Amino acid sequence: MSSELLALKGVGKTYGTVRALQDVSLTLRSGEISCVLGDNGAGKSTLIKIIAGLHQHDEGSYTIGGEEVRFGSPREALDRGIATVYQDLAVVPLMPVWRNFFLGSEQGMRRWGGLRLDADAMRATTREALAKMGIDLHDVDRPIGTLSGGQRQCVAIARAVHFGAEVLILDEPTAALGVKQSGVVLKYVTAARDAGLGVVLITHNPHHAYLVGDHFTLLKRGRMAGSHPRAEISLEQLTTEMAGGSDLAELSHELARPSDSRNSSGSSGSSDSRNSSDSRDSREERPQP
Amino acid sequence: MSTPDLLVQDRPAALRRLLARPELGSLIAAVAVFVVFAVVAEPFLRVSSLGTVLYAASTIGIMAVPVSLLMIGGEFDLSAGVVVTTAALTSSMVSYQFTAVTWVGVLVSLVTTLAIGWFNGWMLGRTKLPSFIVTLGTFLMLTGANLGVTKAISGTVSTKSIADMQGFESCRWLFASEVTIGGLTVKATVWWWLGLLAIGSWVLLRTRFGNWIFAVGGDADAARAVGVPVARTKTVLYLGVGFGAWVLGQHLLFSFDTVQSGEGSGNELIYIVAAVIGGCLITGGYGSVAGSALGALIFGMASKGIIYAQWNPDWFKFFLGAMLLLAALLNAYVKRRAERGPR
Ligand SMILES: Nc1ncnc2c1ncn2[C@@H]1O[C@H](COP(=O)(O)OP(=O)(O)OP(=O)(O)O)[C@@H](O)[C@H]1O
Ligand SMILES: [Mg+2]
Repeated sequence: MSSELLALKGVGKTYGTVRALQDVSLTLRSGEISCVLGDNGAGKSTLIKIIAGLHQHDEGSYTIGGEEVRFGSPREALDRGIATVYQDLAVVPLMPVWRNFFLGSEQGMRRWGGLRLDADAMRATTREALAKMGIDLHDVDRPIGTLSGGQRQCVAIARAVHFGAEVLILDEPTAALGVKQSGVVLKYVTAARDAGLGVVLITHNPHHAYLVGDHFTLLKRGRMAGSHPRAEISLEQLTTEMAGGSDLAELSHELARPSDSRNSSGSSGSSDSRNSSDSRDSREERPQP
Repeated sequence: MSTPDLLVQDRPAALRRLLARPELGSLIAAVAVFVVFAVVAEPFLRVSSLGTVLYAASTIGIMAVPVSLLMIGGEFDLSAGVVVTTAALTSSMVSYQFTAVTWVGVLVSLVTTLAIGWFNGWMLGRTKLPSFIVTLGTFLMLTGANLGVTKAISGTVSTKSIADMQGFESCRWLFASEVTIGGLTVKATVWWWLGLLAIGSWVLLRTRFGNWIFAVGGDADAARAVGVPVARTKTVLYLGVGFGAWVLGQHLLFSFDTVQSGEGSGNELIYIVAAVIGGCLITGGYGSVAGSALGALIFGMASKGIIYAQWNPDWFKFFLGAMLLLAALLNAYVKRRAERGPR
């Protein structure tokens, strides 16, 4: 059932003199959620931009269904069924929500030979797809810039799910979201997996990752610091690896209270993640031993 | 300051959307200019004056359509003024030098203006330089070439008359004829203008390509990331400017049958002003084609109204500049409204 969708082997990428990625490998099968974790600047976004066709790798190989590929543009990746929600390139703020939703995949009217946009159908589809994500937006003619950051992210995700055929890539989809929306997004992600898609989920948050992930890849300063199937690793180990062993004591101290309260109340993951990522940011200021 | 905001928030969505429309400011301005000249200049309301105003507006409006589309797509074309002259010169000289049939010149001219548009778009995509620089380069090159080639071929700064050539009458009919409907004289450029307006507006608002225009002007990187061919979209917009220049250039040639090679320079700014008055955001991603028509109409009314009112025409440019600043401020305000968060 789970056939290989895409595979990266020994992939590297340099931006001028910055070595953003080095010798990274990742395999994605259908019906699988593969999580990529790492600190700020670890190279997560670079990795998915290569998969999505926005950048090209300098080293290693990238294969889809066994066939070596090198995408010249995101369009080529989209045409191979790879849909992406970017961290920094989500939407065009001044355009109405429905135009953003269909951007690059516009729906034409058959009567006009596909030339004329079927605006009413596009509006209705947009409304429906957003309603499914729990966003009740009546006026889809609003410029998308007037939505909140989380709502915008949801539009981008709904769009990728709607148009994504086989592979869905999400770059920190929950970073800007509240508890409820984070839960919705994670449910969406599992629904996509159950529908047979392969999902690459990028996150800072080991709790979110562990809730849904089947495989975990850790990046550290552009290199792979670990790659584990879910069966081989526990949440504690994952958190430990992410933090790096020496910072463990401090981290477990910082996480102690939130993780207690989680046991009682099920899904308070997101607000906790805010705390933990804030504390991680401040910790990064300190010299590493 | 906050009172109008509160009022707007309380209004129904349809009205709020009307108030945020890019053309609204230019519509109000057009009505105001019309009323002012109707009051101060007695001849302004005559039917014959209406024909004159429409003609003046159409010669700007034909170019304002593609220029506004280009501006919504996030780019400028400073060569848009002189390329009109290039179109007229090419047509005239090809017909005169190589054949005795004006249609040949007309077609070669179309190929030439499209090639110039394509060059602008290609340079932009290739070099990633700002379009301001790229088209300033083509502007200067064409200004020089217009004069240089004309002088080299005809020995003077204007072309020879082609009025006796085969096809001249049919070309004149297409580009420079006029019909009188109940005392109102309508020049061919008005029909071209209305046609381009309808097509341009339809393409912008109702087609996939129109969606791409908004997107490449609003956020080119985001557009590229979802698969919009950004460079190709912009190149097509430059081709549109080339097409408009071709139409207007043929009009100039066939209404006067000779062309002055130094003309056209400076008009590119008027096209841009018309687009901005019509609600196009200078930074791209927002605006309307219909608005550019209102901008052209304001230009036509003001340039002729000042004469009918027997004011000193020197003040015309001053008026235009003031309109531009007001319009740009208004557009920035409308944009901020459109972008601002819900609460
Ligand atoms: N376009 C670029 N040009 C030059 N350097 C870049 C570019 N994009 C990323 N980098 C560098 O590559 C490294 C990896 O960046 P990347 O964005 O992939 O990190 P990330 O893991 O996604 O971080 P974050 O968690 O903050 O999103 C960083 O050092 C960054 O400065
Ligand atoms: Mg990133």
